[in-house]
Amino acid sequence: MRMLRWSIGLVLIAAFGYFNFFIYDGPIYFKLINVILVSALFVLFRVIFGPSPADRIVAVDILGILIVGMLAILGLHYDQGFLMDIGLIWALLSFIASLAFAKILEGRSLDD
Amino acid sequence: MSLAVKSKIVVFVLAIVVWLALTGLGLQEIIAGVLVAAIVSLTAGHFLITTHKQKHMLHRWLYAVLYFFKFLWEMMKANLHVAYIVAHPMLPIKPGIVKIKTKLTKDAAITVLTNSITLTPGTLTVDVNEEKKEIYIHWIDVKATGIDECSKEIGARFESTLTEVFE
Amino acid sequence: MIRETIGMVFIFIGIAFDFFGVLGLVRLPDVYNRLQAATKCVTFGSAGILFGTFIIQGFNSFGFKALIGITFIFLTSPVAAHAISRAAHRARIPLAKETIVDEYEKDKELKEQTT
Repeated sequence: MRMLRWSIGLVLIAAFGYFNFFIYDGPIYFKLINVILVSALFVLFRVIFGPSPADRIVAVDILGILIVGMLAILGLHYDQGFLMDIGLIWALLSFIASLAFAKILEGRSLDD
Repeated sequence: MSLAVKSKIVVFVLAIVVWLALTGLGLQEIIAGVLVAAIVSLTAGHFLITTHKQKHMLHRWLYAVLYFFKFLWEMMKANLHVAYIVAHPMLPIKPGIVKIKTKLTKDAAITVLTNSITLTPGTLTVDVNEEKKEIYIHWIDVKATGIDECSKEIGARFESTLTEVFE
Repeated sequence: MIRETIGMVFIFIGIAFDFFGVLGLVRLPDVYNRLQAATKCVTFGSAGILFGTFIIQGFNSFGFKALIGITFIFLTSPVAAHAISRAAHRARIPLAKETIVDEYEKDKELKEQTT
C-alpha cells in the first residue's frame, strides 16, 4: 500500500518536472518559481488537513521562509532590489507570528 | 570609558555601516541614517557588549571561523540525510526524545550549541534545563538512549570548539 | 557570465532542497519529525537561493540585502522550531507510534515548574 502511494507520487512529480522544464516555454526564472509554488501547494495541504494545531503552525512558519526565496528569484528576473525588502519584512513578520502562535498553543497569554 | 558607552558606540557604527551598504551613498541617506542610528543606539545600545575585554581575542576569532566551517559541513550532511529519509519509500525512521548533558556555562554558548544541534543531522532541541545543564533532544534515528552515550554522540562534535570560543 | 553560472548552480541546489523539505512535511508521521525535515531543508534551501542571488548580483544593495537575509534566516528559524516543538509537547500533542523513548515525558516536574 505504502509502495503504491510512493510510486504514484513519484510518477506525478516526474510528470510535473517534465512539463515544467521541457514543455513549458518561459524564462528560466519562471520555471524555478513554478517549483517553489508547487512546494507551497504541499504546505497548504498541511495547513488545511493538518491533524493537530501544531502541524498548521509548522506549515505557516515554513511558508514564510519559502516566500523569501521566491521573492529573491522574482527580484532577479525583474532586476528590482525592492522585492528583497519585501522578503526581509516577510521573514521578520512570519518569525514573530510563529513565536506568538507557539505561545498561544502552550496556553500562556501574550504579555507573559 | 564605561562599558555601556563603548557598547553604544559599537552599535552606532555597525548600524551606520549596514544602512549605507543597503542604500548607497547620498546626502539624504546619510542624514536619515545618522538620525535613526543615534536613536537606536541611545535607546537599545547597551545590550550588545556586556563583559569586559578578555585576552586571547585572536585565538577566539580563529576558533570561531573554524567552528563556522565545521558547522557548514555538518549542515550539508544533515540535508543529504534528511533528503535520503524523505525520498526512501519505506521511511526508515526511529524517533525518540533523549537527554544530553553539556559542560558549557555561559548563556550565549548554550544558545549557539542548541541552534547548531537543531540544524545538524537528525536532531532538534526541545527544551533546556538551566540548573542541571541538560538539553532535551528529539532524534529522528535513535542509536543510544543513555545520557552519556547521547552526549558523546550529539554534543561532543561542537562542544570542544565552542569551549575554545566562549570560555 | 561565469558568475551567473555559479549563482544558478547555487539556486538549483537550494530549490532541490526546498522541495525535499516540503516533501518531508507532507510524508513524515508526526509534528516533531515534520519540524525536523522542514526546518533543516527549507532553511538550507532558502539560504542557498539567497547566496546564489548574492553571487549573481555582486556587491550592490540587492546583494547586501540577500546576505542580511541569510543571517536572518539562520538566526531565526532554529528559534522558531524550538518554540513550536516545546509548545507542542506541553500542549500534549502525541508522538508518532514509532517512537521508542521519551525522556521529556519522564521529567514532568520540569514542565510544571517552568510554565
